[in-house]
Amino acid sequence: MKFFKIILKNAFRHKLRTLLTMTGIAIAIIAFGLLRTVLTSWDAQVEVSSLNRLITRQAVSFIFPLPYAYKNKIEAVEGVGTVTFSAWFQGVYKDKDHFFPRLAIDPETYFDVYPEFQLTPEEFETFKKERNSCVIGRDIANQYNIKLGDIMSIEGDIYPGQWDFVVRGIYQPRDKSTDGTGMVFHWNYINERVKEQYPDRAGYVGWYTVALKDPDRAAEVSEKIDNLFKNSPAETKTETERAFSQNFMAAFSAILTAMDVMSFVIVGIIMLVVANTMIMSARERTKEYSVLKTIGFSAKQLSLLIIGESVLISFLGCVIGVLMLFPVVGGFEQSIPKNVFPVFYLATRTVVISVIAVMLVGVAASIFPLMKALKTSIVDGFRYSG
Amino acid sequence: MKPIIEVQNLNKVYKKSENEIKVLNNINITVGEGEFLALMGPSGSGKTTLLNLIAGIDKPTSGNIEVKGVDITTFGESALAKWRSSNIGFVFQFYNLIPVLTAFENVELPLLLTKLNRAQRVKHVESALKVVGLGDRMSHYPKQLSGGQEQRVAIARAVVTDPLIIVADEPTGDLDRNSATEILTLLERLNKEFKKTIIMVTHDPHAAERASRVLHLEKGDLVDNL
Ligand SMILES: Nc1ncnc2c1ncn2[C@@H]1O[C@H](COP(=O)(O)OP(=O)(O)OP(=O)(O)O)[C@@H](O)[C@H]1O
Ligand SMILES: [Mg+2]
Repeated sequence: MKFFKIILKNAFRHKLRTLLTMTGIAIAIIAFGLLRTVLTSWDAQVEVSSLNRLITRQAVSFIFPLPYAYKNKIEAVEGVGTVTFSAWFQGVYKDKDHFFPRLAIDPETYFDVYPEFQLTPEEFETFKKERNSCVIGRDIANQYNIKLGDIMSIEGDIYPGQWDFVVRGIYQPRDKSTDGTGMVFHWNYINERVKEQYPDRAGYVGWYTVALKDPDRAAEVSEKIDNLFKNSPAETKTETERAFSQNFMAAFSAILTAMDVMSFVIVGIIMLVVANTMIMSARERTKEYSVLKTIGFSAKQLSLLIIGESVLISFLGCVIGVLMLFPVVGGFEQSIPKNVFPVFYLATRTVVISVIAVMLVGVAASIFPLMKALKTSIVDGFRYSG
Repeated sequence: MKPIIEVQNLNKVYKKSENEIKVLNNINITVGEGEFLALMGPSGSGKTTLLNLIAGIDKPTSGNIEVKGVDITTFGESALAKWRSSNIGFVFQFYNLIPVLTAFENVELPLLLTKLNRAQRVKHVESALKVVGLGDRMSHYPKQLSGGQEQRVAIARAVVTDPLIIVADEPTGDLDRNSATEILTLLERLNKEFKKTIIMVTHDPHAAERASRVLHLEKGDLVDNL
């Protein structure tokens, strides 16, 4: 620590150069952190999807519906707990650009199967009783400034017409990773109007969500469910919610891989920036290193000065970068549609990886100038002119 | 006078691709404890090379250098570094202070390699700077000092660890007459009052006058031994 003052003074010998280097590192860290945050947000989406829930959907495609009548049959399968269902309602609230998921669901069972959406018992009771009521997520309530008792008018598209819902519940997301942007209402209420207007579309749901009694038996239960409907007009495909998410995400894997690679290319760039600064500094100080060696500085002590300086510059750049990363990620979270990344926040892991990466880069960047400084003999160092 | 440095059959050859340049030819010198020795000779005669070898910052091609009875040519690099830090003080022609460090910090550098604590270091640095007459310039940076003052800081840095031997390579070569005289007086005082053994390379006959003995090098040969 006796050497810290020297390291500090050396680091800021060329203030402009050092500041530019640190700014370069900071910008690279922001880019790195942002990319990593996007990646961890994708992963988070897969990870929060449960292993104790199955999704049963139409075998051909997710967009084809399943008969409501399947509910009882699925419930009868051994190992199955509560069964609930949802239908994709979509529609437009206020304007097309502000999209959030809207589902027609079974009020009796839905919140049993999805305990991460937390309602007070009173809210739950009134929601169940009132056929044209709805529950929305906290984030949607905040975004549109909606209170309990307000009416939300949705312009239907898949289910044409105007639909008015009374807000009877605002659910709190249980975890940081829980989506707070949902809107759900009674499937029965929708289905009744469909029955009048489009009789042949009535009685269908989008997909079933099956709570498992024992997550270890997921494969077996899935197979039993799918076997029930083999050779029927609507065959099913059942898999765990996580597998379902993974398949959904797989479509984006090429982009994700590219981002992954890019984030490490950025680390490489930081390294070049720091190495360049260190090489310039070390070259200018060739004579000084000879002076220090003459005085008696050992290879170890000289290394400490050179590596220390490189790591210090890298670290300060990293600190600036990380401090700026928080507002940048926050700003991003505000500007991307909620449903793209239900959770988008700077993970501690990302910060830790950034700091470690930059530290390693700081050490690596000093290796070349260090080797040169150590290899140059004292006498040659004094004779150096450059 | 008790010998402190004994140079025996010292040779230094530089190889440049095919050519061999003989820089020092079979040099033999004995320096007594407390001597003030001046090395003179034309440019390229090998003065700096000889000084560097005696100070242990360069390795001879052959021959021995015994300092206080120890042959330093047998030392490895790190042993040599350690030996230098406690036995030799260096003064260079161009002062070679670290520009971002104050006078105090420059003088403190050699002490950072010792076990002294902060308070002890402060005491040593202050007394070294007082000896060279710069007690009031401790927080000045090199560029805020004159050449003569810079050289005095460099001398303070050389003596702060209290080494037995001081080597100086043209310490007045870059100074005006007055500053040069000050520096020489200071070296003389270190020799007389503090009993330092001094080996000084110089082109300046005035400087050589201060020495107790003058040696002349000519193309790598010691030509006289006055
Ligand atoms: N590292 C080296 N490689 C090759 N030749 C060298 C090296 N160091 C010194 N020499 C050569 O050795 C000879 C003596 O050099 P040295 O520096 O000892 O001379 P000097 O007497 O100190 O000269 P000056 O008075 O100019 O300082 C010169 O011819 C020089 O070119
Ligand atoms: Mg010379």
